[in-house]
Amino acid sequence: MVISSSRFDGDIATPELSLAGWSRWIWRQLTSMRTALLLLLLLAIAAVPGSVFPQRSADPNGVTTYFDNNPQLAPVLDAMQLFDVYTSAWFSAIYILLFISLIGCVVPRTGVHYRALLTPPPAAPKLFARMPASLSVKFAKNTDVPERAEKLLRKMGYRVVRNGKAVSAERGYLRETGNLVFHFSLIGVLFAVGVGGGLSFSGQRVLVEGETFVNNLASYDSFAPGTFFHENMLVPFSMNLKKFEVDFDLKNQTNVGTPLDFRAYVSSQLTPTSKPVDSLIRVNEPLEMPGANIYLTGNGYAPHITIRDKEGNVIFAGANAFLPQSTTYTSLGVIKVPDTARQFGIIAFFYPTVDTLSTGALTSIYPAPIDPLLTMNVYEGDLGLDGGVPKNVYALDTSNMKQIAGGKSGVKGLRLTLGETVELPNGLGTVTFDDIRRFASLDVSYNPGGIWVLAFALLALAGVTTSLLVPRRRVWVRQTTDGFEVAALARGDDPILEKVVTEIAAELKKKEKK
Amino acid sequence: MGIALNEGLSQISLIFIYAAMAVYTAAFLTFANHLSRLASEKKKIRGEATKIERIAIILMIIASLLHGVGVLLRGIAASRVPWANMYEFSITGSFVVVAIFLFALAIKDIRLIATFVSGFTLLILGSATAIFYVEVKSLMPALQSYWLVIHVTVAILATAFFNIAAALSIAYILKTAAWVEKSKLKLVGTMKRILAMFPAVDKIEKLAYRFNIIGFILWSFTLIAGAIWAERAWHRYWGWDTKEVWTFIIWTIYAGYLHANATRGWTGKRSAWLALVGFVAILFNFTVVNLFFKGLHVYSGLK
Ligand code: HEM
Repeated sequence: MVISSSRFDGDIATPELSLAGWSRWIWRQLTSMRTALLLLLLLAIAAVPGSVFPQRSADPNGVTTYFDNNPQLAPVLDAMQLFDVYTSAWFSAIYILLFISLIGCVVPRTGVHYRALLTPPPAAPKLFARMPASLSVKFAKNTDVPERAEKLLRKMGYRVVRNGKAVSAERGYLRETGNLVFHFSLIGVLFAVGVGGGLSFSGQRVLVEGETFVNNLASYDSFAPGTFFHENMLVPFSMNLKKFEVDFDLKNQTNVGTPLDFRAYVSSQLTPTSKPVDSLIRVNEPLEMPGANIYLTGNGYAPHITIRDKEGNVIFAGANAFLPQSTTYTSLGVIKVPDTARQFGIIAFFYPTVDTLSTGALTSIYPAPIDPLLTMNVYEGDLGLDGGVPKNVYALDTSNMKQIAGGKSGVKGLRLTLGETVELPNGLGTVTFDDIRRFASLDVSYNPGGIWVLAFALLALAGVTTSLLVPRRRVWVRQTTDGFEVAALARGDDPILEKVVTEIAAELKKKEKK
Repeated sequence: MGIALNEGLSQISLIFIYAAMAVYTAAFLTFANHLSRLASEKKKIRGEATKIERIAIILMIIASLLHGVGVLLRGIAASRVPWANMYEFSITGSFVVVAIFLFALAIKDIRLIATFVSGFTLLILGSATAIFYVEVKSLMPALQSYWLVIHVTVAILATAFFNIAAALSIAYILKTAAWVEKSKLKLVGTMKRILAMFPAVDKIEKLAYRFNIIGFILWSFTLIAGAIWAERAWHRYWGWDTKEVWTFIIWTIYAGYLHANATRGWTGKRSAWLALVGFVAILFNFTVVNLFFKGLHVYSGLK
């Protein structure tokens, strides 16, 4: 149906046995349509395992779990790069070959197309009836058919040449232009993805209401730079989280407790002396700062706690972020108190709206703080903070500690309602539940290539649309002894070829009648 | 901020969907009857076929109206666009397929796949109500974006075009299959006579190609719009999330299909198979990937 682009699909010539011959043969194979097709299908197949096995880039925890569950198989898969499919040697090989083939294909094609643009439409064929669409019209007064055909076809947007009694016309050069623009834009996309990815970064930071984030490497909880990233590229703005709000649904039966909206009210400053600017960050609405977009990725509670020793001196005061464990925000947090004679730590649970299960265990039944409760298990001993190894702030290493409240310690765990103060065991002092704050998990990232990827992708879309929808066809009209004939030939798919011929014939006849 | 979910209305919507299924069943049976009449050797029976076909088309239009009301009520009940979970995506998507098909009936050659389209719609609605059904829920904040409207609308449209093309490719494959040609089975014989009613293979191929290119353009747009949305919602425009992977795979298969149509030795049967593989990938993306694969697009709404 589609006219085969046989130029790019030539017969496989028997190679000469010289090196140059071989390279020419390989090049011709690589840039043939058949190879392009096979490489495309191969790429599609090669992408599949990345959706079957967890990928380090998208789901690092999934990879760890996979290793735990399949200790025999996982290393074998790993050796085959099945956890890094999209950066693997074999996946890269396929798309690199595909793009080499692409370049080898479109560069010569561009030359051909350029010459075609300069070439007038070819002369009319001898036998019009041999063309895919043709019509022969008998008409007496046919003397000025060529002139009128020329005028008509020009008006219809054809490029026209007249050759005595015959007219040749061609239209739809944009089809090939679109095709070339499309393929070149794909190279642009690939390039922008590569360079942009190298210059990008992505960092995470948990910020409690009232805290300020300053954009430098030290402020991040975790940070993943691209290959070409340099610290200097971070613009040192600051941003304060003033307030964080969540709406949960209370009205609709099937929907109770579902979050409806998250809002982070922030105020940012480009330099310490510049005027603070207030803005709002929501889930689909990041804050755009110079060289960084700040996204809202998570949230939770950060109960503010004050711990005093026996004498009443404050030994800890602060709001630690508690990690939500469920959709009703039962949250787990850790407090470490190192700066005392006897180090101790607390594993605490926060229940925004507490309820007791039939087993006696506590749970939260609604995510907003309607009836909040804080419970604590206390451990005394070495917190393990002196080794110089950075410790996870969300976990307490109890291997060198003794539990002195909660669990099997013989002392009941502590329970605090909002504003309450209770005694710590072993004369460690008192703990007060002052206040409930919220925290926002922020993702700070930037990819300068993004906008270029988008630009090339849109250009590709425009190109492919043009190339698929603009019909390219040749039309010929010739005056005959007793009338005239019209014929047309499509290059590529053309749904209205016959219609065009009939219409042109009708038009030429109609004008004659006047 | 508050939203009003209307469960009563979503139940009424469900009743409309059930009613539509009943009428689609009638339409499907009538279309099947029409095909078998066409295949009949008796002239009298063949003569009544056109009337039967007209009845079937009217039934399909009625079913699609019921279907459309069901979709609309679901949207009103949820006070948002009705395509935020698999159930809603299924009912809306199949409605679009039927709507496009009914408009495309203007192209005469397409009529004969009506049995396939009505049967397929019935299948989708059946699994939607039996397997995917969830009560109306509000949107999680990540889905609250106008990109949900743009990205998903275009994805549904693309799928509908690919769907119709796939039906044509099946007809093409059956019509050119050697085993059909050789088989002496009575059933196959009937099928052969039905297939003989279909337009010539090169016409079917062309028609399928035209539906596929529209599908491909829309799918390319879906992919780009998805990336723009991902940049907003997930902080990167592309992260090889399972759903992104499959969108890419489908795009690549159809790009292969377009190349096949310009490659000697690959036009015709092979490219029809490729188009079918592409459509199977779309179905896979919608069912298996949604339900069983881990990823950020966990929006089936099922637990
Ligand atoms: C990343 C790899 C590629 C992709 C994604 C791709 C995609 C496409 C698409 C979507 C089309 C149809 C739209 C149009 O006609 O413009 C197309 C057409 C075409 N491609 Fe590619 N292509 C790739 C590589 C290649 C290569 C390597 C070649 C050369 C060997 C090639 C040669 C062609 C030709 C000749 C057409 C026109 C077919 C026709 O006349 O209908 N492409 N390509």
